[in-house]
Amino acid sequence: MSETVKKFLYVNRKAPYGTIYAQESLEVVLIGAAFDQDVSMAFLDDGVFQLTKGQDTKEIGLKNFSPTFRALGDFEVTKLYVEKESLAERGLTLEDLQNIEYEDEDDDWAEKPSIRLVSRAEMADVMADQDVILSF
Amino acid sequence: MATLHTVNKSPFATQSLLSCLAHAKAGDTVLMIEDGVYGASAGTGLAEAVAGLGGGVTLAVLAPDLKARGIDAARLMDGVKSVDYAGFVDLAATHDRTQSWL
Amino acid sequence: MKFGIVVNEGPYTHQASDTAYNFAKAALAGGHDISRVFFYHDGVNVGTRLSIPPQDDRQIQEQWTALAKEHDLDLVICIAAAQRRGLLDENEATRQGKDANNIADGFRISGLGQLIEMGIQADRTVTFGD
Repeated sequence: MSETVKKFLYVNRKAPYGTIYAQESLEVVLIGAAFDQDVSMAFLDDGVFQLTKGQDTKEIGLKNFSPTFRALGDFEVTKLYVEKESLAERGLTLEDLQNIEYEDEDDDWAEKPSIRLVSRAEMADVMADQDVILSF
Repeated sequence: MATLHTVNKSPFATQSLLSCLAHAKAGDTVLMIEDGVYGASAGTGLAEAVAGLGGGVTLAVLAPDLKARGIDAARLMDGVKSVDYAGFVDLAATHDRTQSWL
Repeated sequence: MKFGIVVNEGPYTHQASDTAYNFAKAALAGGHDISRVFFYHDGVNVGTRLSIPPQDDRQIQEQWTALAKEHDLDLVICIAAAQRRGLLDENEATRQGKDANNIADGFRISGLGQLIEMGIQADRTVTFGD
């Protein structure tokens, strides 16, 4: 493993299932977690649809990968930036998204929300603060 | 600490260019490549929005993609910079990071 | 400067792998290094040696193989994406009990960790996709 710690941002702008990008992006995040880098995920535009509650893929025959988002905390992926404007444009609020939490080891393993709602301007700040941006 | 953004979709098909411009910061460059070059023309229904969103942002276009699609450089919006592949490489090297708006 | 290149779409349907190739060629001509090219999603299909485009069309796989030979490039195909899409090297074909392999010269199959490693090692990572 490398000594270097870089800031990695995984940008998700696509809805799940219609194409494989969301699912294979999540596979990269899970593998990447082993590299001890500073990892964040960004969900904007149609990417916010990846996080919605109640996904049930039984009748379309595809794998429902949405529960994996709730396991990200176990991989120390705890920063999921979700853009408010993207939610609002799609008629969604935080209530429509899965409850995704992580246990904060610096705070007696208290359960904290991984989803951080940010404005478009704040999302731009998050993006501008990265070393490596991977989009799928 | 500037970012090179690349957009490869026509703005008439997807929101990528407008979303990119809404997130780009002053000092950044937005490079339109592949079908993205359709966003660089003046006089389109979106030209005003494209020009208006990019305050302090440099707009650039990949010339070989423009040429391939039969778009005359004279049609470009004012201030759009034209680069070849070597120029694309230079932009990637001189900005701190590259973000592809896929 | 050291570039890492990600190719997420592959040959013929999308222009992405062509743009990536032209970018790679220009970077090398400009005296830069390319630490790795990582093929993901349908981009893995660039690495099949069984593609037969019409004679008046470019042969995308051969272009990459030639560039890799000339500049000693590391062309890595993601194993998870490759298995889904039927892109196999000899080892994988044997291991999975398949009767053929199709990976082209100059490409190798490896894990997603190689993408992250590339992001860490390269000065700039540039992604080409849909």
